[in-house]
Amino acid sequence: MGTLRYILQRLFYGLILITGVVVLNFFLIHAAPGDAAEVIAGEMGGITEEMMAEIRANYGLDQPILVQLGLYLSQILRGDLGMSYHFNQPVTTLIGQRVGATILLALSAQVLAMVLGVVLGVLAARKPQGILSGFVSVFSTVGYAAPVFWTGLMLVVLFSVVVPIFPVEGMISARFRGDAFDYALNVLHHLVLPASTLAILFLAQYARLSRAAMIEVLGADYVRTARAKGLGEWRVTFHHALRNAVLPILTVAGIQFGNLISGALLVETVFNWPGMGRLAFDSVLRRDYPTLLGVLFFASAVVVIANLLTDLSYRLADPRIRTGGR
Amino acid sequence: MLMKRRTLFGALASVLALGIGLATAQPRTGGEMVIVSGENPRHLNPAVQSGVATAVPGTQIFASPLRVDENWNFHPYLAQSWDWSDDGLSLTLNLVDNAVFHDGVPVTSADVAFSIMTIKANHPFQTMFGPVEAVDTPDPHTAIIRLSAPHPALLLALTGALCPIIPQHVYGDGQDVRDHPANNAPVGSGPFRLAEYRPGEQITLERFDDFFIDGRPYLDGITIRIVRDAASVTLSLESGEADAGIITDASAITRLGATDGLTVTPRGFEGIGPIQWLAFNTRVAPLDDVRVRQAIAYSMDRDFILNALMRGVAASQQGPIIESSPFFNPDMPSYNLDLDRANALLDEAGYPRDADGNRFTITMDTIPGRDSALGNVPEYLRSQLREVGINVELRTSPDFPTWAGRLASGDFQMSMDVVFNWGDPVIGVHRTYLSSNIRPVIWSNTQGYVNARVDELLAEAGSTLDTDARRALYAEFQDIVGAELPVYWINALPYHHVFDDRIELPLSIWGMMQSMDEVYWTEDR
Repeated sequence: MGTLRYILQRLFYGLILITGVVVLNFFLIHAAPGDAAEVIAGEMGGITEEMMAEIRANYGLDQPILVQLGLYLSQILRGDLGMSYHFNQPVTTLIGQRVGATILLALSAQVLAMVLGVVLGVLAARKPQGILSGFVSVFSTVGYAAPVFWTGLMLVVLFSVVVPIFPVEGMISARFRGDAFDYALNVLHHLVLPASTLAILFLAQYARLSRAAMIEVLGADYVRTARAKGLGEWRVTFHHALRNAVLPILTVAGIQFGNLISGALLVETVFNWPGMGRLAFDSVLRRDYPTLLGVLFFASAVVVIANLLTDLSYRLADPRIRTGGR
Repeated sequence: MLMKRRTLFGALASVLALGIGLATAQPRTGGEMVIVSGENPRHLNPAVQSGVATAVPGTQIFASPLRVDENWNFHPYLAQSWDWSDDGLSLTLNLVDNAVFHDGVPVTSADVAFSIMTIKANHPFQTMFGPVEAVDTPDPHTAIIRLSAPHPALLLALTGALCPIIPQHVYGDGQDVRDHPANNAPVGSGPFRLAEYRPGEQITLERFDDFFIDGRPYLDGITIRIVRDAASVTLSLESGEADAGIITDASAITRLGATDGLTVTPRGFEGIGPIQWLAFNTRVAPLDDVRVRQAIAYSMDRDFILNALMRGVAASQQGPIIESSPFFNPDMPSYNLDLDRANALLDEAGYPRDADGNRFTITMDTIPGRDSALGNVPEYLRSQLREVGINVELRTSPDFPTWAGRLASGDFQMSMDVVFNWGDPVIGVHRTYLSSNIRPVIWSNTQGYVNARVDELLAEAGSTLDTDARRALYAEFQDIVGAELPVYWINALPYHHVFDDRIELPLSIWGMMQSMDEVYWTEDR
């Protein structure tokens, strides 16, 4: 199959998937009791039923649900994700304001987790029964098992309260005044704890995976040959063995992308990180349908695209996949 | 000689200290204040949106005709004076002549008229300007409010977040004010103007140099940081990342109260008057029987709730009007722990115990999102009611709309709730007890309570200007509802202001929900 045809086919399936996600989410959200008018009534300290009816009419909430769905889908086709009930701003604007923060957090965590995880896994694989290997196993299991919000809160208590070296919340200090360089430093300072929290979750997987892959590779014939040739242990491990162990790690990195986004949601809430996760969390509680659907639509599109790119990079990297394994 | 020198130094030191003392007594100009807020405002225009989250920034951006102090006395603000007509049917506001909006356009009586009529048409608190028929503007600095009936809450309704003067030249463009784009980029005439608004994250306000009161505001700016996680709110105050905030959680209040350098005070919430109560659905058995409601009240130990569950940080609240209000009647019926009496009342009401000692089972809802403020009161109520043979099934709601839907539709038996007085009983109290306000919306008379005498008393108190006469009417009202208990008032919710000791922050009945032009740092941060 030609690569172009393959891409088109995958894009088509991706579109069907995203439509499915939108429709399913639409019904799920509307199945929850109560609506945005009641949330607004709550935030107003109580309103009259006339005002409530007016709000419902303004937002089209008085229409049959299938009509609402039809309107919503036709809106999306025009590239319009609607207006947020809560913020009274276009959802695309809201997502635009936050997508950078989420990407920064997710990518920093991903890089941190991969680099540290692989290094730890490799070191552990060299002596599978050693102390370091045991430590990596225990740390990975605990890091993976601990709820991410708990890890986050513990890091805040430790590094913002007991030893106050990092800020408690936010992406930029409320008092910040300065130039672009200071801004970057300030953001970096705020990034350390949330990125570490999210990284700990994924680090465990990379460490375990690379440890297992490396143990297997280090036992392979070509590694024995390399050692027999008299190559140094460092070169054998990182040049010969790791290159072959890295493929399954890359696979997982691609698949993890969706999990990374959902992990970011919780981390953003704990650290008050102004990303899409917090936006999604708040819009669930407020029945802000357009915002929540917009975020879910955006996130599912990103995951579909990320998976497509992962598959494409495979086809480029490994000819066996391109030719259907023959 | 040595002695003399010491004396001289001592004297010099005293003079210096006195000088410094005098210097700090004078308001200092400069510095910024960071306020941490647990709630996110929908937008920044209090004319069409109530609630603390909008009111705090909104009252800095918009000025109101009057101010009120901590003793419920009114003071000039945009109106330098005001006069009631003899019949109480019109109020003349004489406006200052040097007020301008942040875009440089002068504030006139036309803006005042436009604002009051906009609020009347759009604000959820319909009683605030309900009797206002028109606002006349004989000249640019005189506005005359015409009423259909005397309106005792009018002066209060002209203060703080209840009456922001919004610019007609911005909001009068024909667009719906409730969804107006300027609500997110407001132009007011208050002491601070909006520098940056990142929804859900931060509101940055900067000093408005042309503010109509000379030399004010003292601060260069106020930043409101929106932090949705309650633990992070506490930690940012503790770590000094934020200088001020509003908290309601008893453990956070205790913790921050023990933190050096922070002032933690319940003052400044007399206006909103937040009451935690147990609402009864008086339309359904067994709660349609007043004796059952009284029995429930007699099963509670108020001291235990206040001192143990609320950790001593919540104030007592035994009636519908907040106890710090001049209209509270301390002689109204009160209920305290008396299990024998509770059992007798339940027997008398025809609900005997069965072989297992149970009388009946009842459902209790709780308002979501206020778990930390409610403390363990719902669990305590449940265990106390078991003592008198009432089984309580706690029903939690995952979020606000679920709970609000249940109460509004009458699908409940009893529910924990938090309701605000909003200053004058006309605004925040009447709505719960008037039979004409039994409506399918939250925070109306969802209890279905009907008493003709209560309706009469509230109608009269709502159209009487004389404070003493009103006090007498409200006293009788409190006697009646205290005996009939459509609601069991548990305590005042422990709203507290927290701020850095070095900040001088005058707290009126509205606390931070009124202009903070008088706030200053007593020393550098």
